[in-house]
Amino acid sequence: MREALDPWIFITVSYALGVGGTLALIAQSWLAMRRAEARREAGRKP
Amino acid sequence: MHGFANPARFLRLARWLMPLLLLAGLVLTGGALAWGVFVAPAEGLQGETVRIMYLHVPTAWLGMGGWSAIAVASATELVWRHPLAGIAARAVAVPGAVFTAICLATGSLWGRPAWGTWWVWDGRLTSMLVLLFLYLGYAALAQASESQNGGSRVPAIFGLVGAVNIPIIHYSVLWWNSLHQPPSITAGQSAMAPEFLIPLLIATVGFSLLFGAVVLMRMRAILADQQAEARLRRKAMANKDF
Repeated sequence: MREALDPWIFITVSYALGVGGTLALIAQSWLAMRRAEARREAGRKP
Repeated sequence: MHGFANPARFLRLARWLMPLLLLAGLVLTGGALAWGVFVAPAEGLQGETVRIMYLHVPTAWLGMGGWSAIAVASATELVWRHPLAGIAARAVAVPGAVFTAICLATGSLWGRPAWGTWWVWDGRLTSMLVLLFLYLGYAALAQASESQNGGSRVPAIFGLVGAVNIPIIHYSVLWWNSLHQPPSITAGQSAMAPEFLIPLLIATVGFSLLFGAVVLMRMRAILADQQAEARLRRKAMANKDF
């Protein structure tokens, strides 16, 4: 006998993980880049 | 290729290319995923769960594509000593690991309603899990080499050796019995109906552009860190001499 699973629960969790993970990766990479470039510019000041 | 060996020239290119890739990637990915969830039809056999494909397939492609990029960059670094190749390989490691993890998680979430199980130790799933561990190992090795000023020869050799896993992932569904379906899209042909294929291809292009934007951001961060460190070292040396 096959259990009746609601596919939309699996779809919703997949999209939350996929979209959330991708956006978190973009945000983390953006912040790391801005922070590193600000540190480099600060070091250029006499 | 050696035209971009100069970091200043690379940074000039990355400064306008990165926002372009990011914007185009967000528009294409957002549009394709919305199409996949709200417009594309359910599939006859798998029903609604087929919508997970629009995330699972692009992230699988980028997991494998990311390591292929690490292997090419590693070979370029070892053979031609291209100064940006090691930085490019390091910049790919984290996004590659994230997309491989998303691929494994969405595959598991697809497998439960479609196959009746979260996980099986078959060739495709196991070799993808090995790929995730390879990414984590590469990231740790690159970090350790950097902090000990050990250069990037060891991570580059690891990147080349790890590439053996890529054909294993690709051919695993043909070589061994698997619950995972064989490839639906091969060079020049597709077994998929256009109503599924078109949003899938757009999502794949969109995710690839986002991957490119993230790699450029991480390369800029690594370069800026290296330049800041070099300046601090020069200042420290000057103060010592003084």
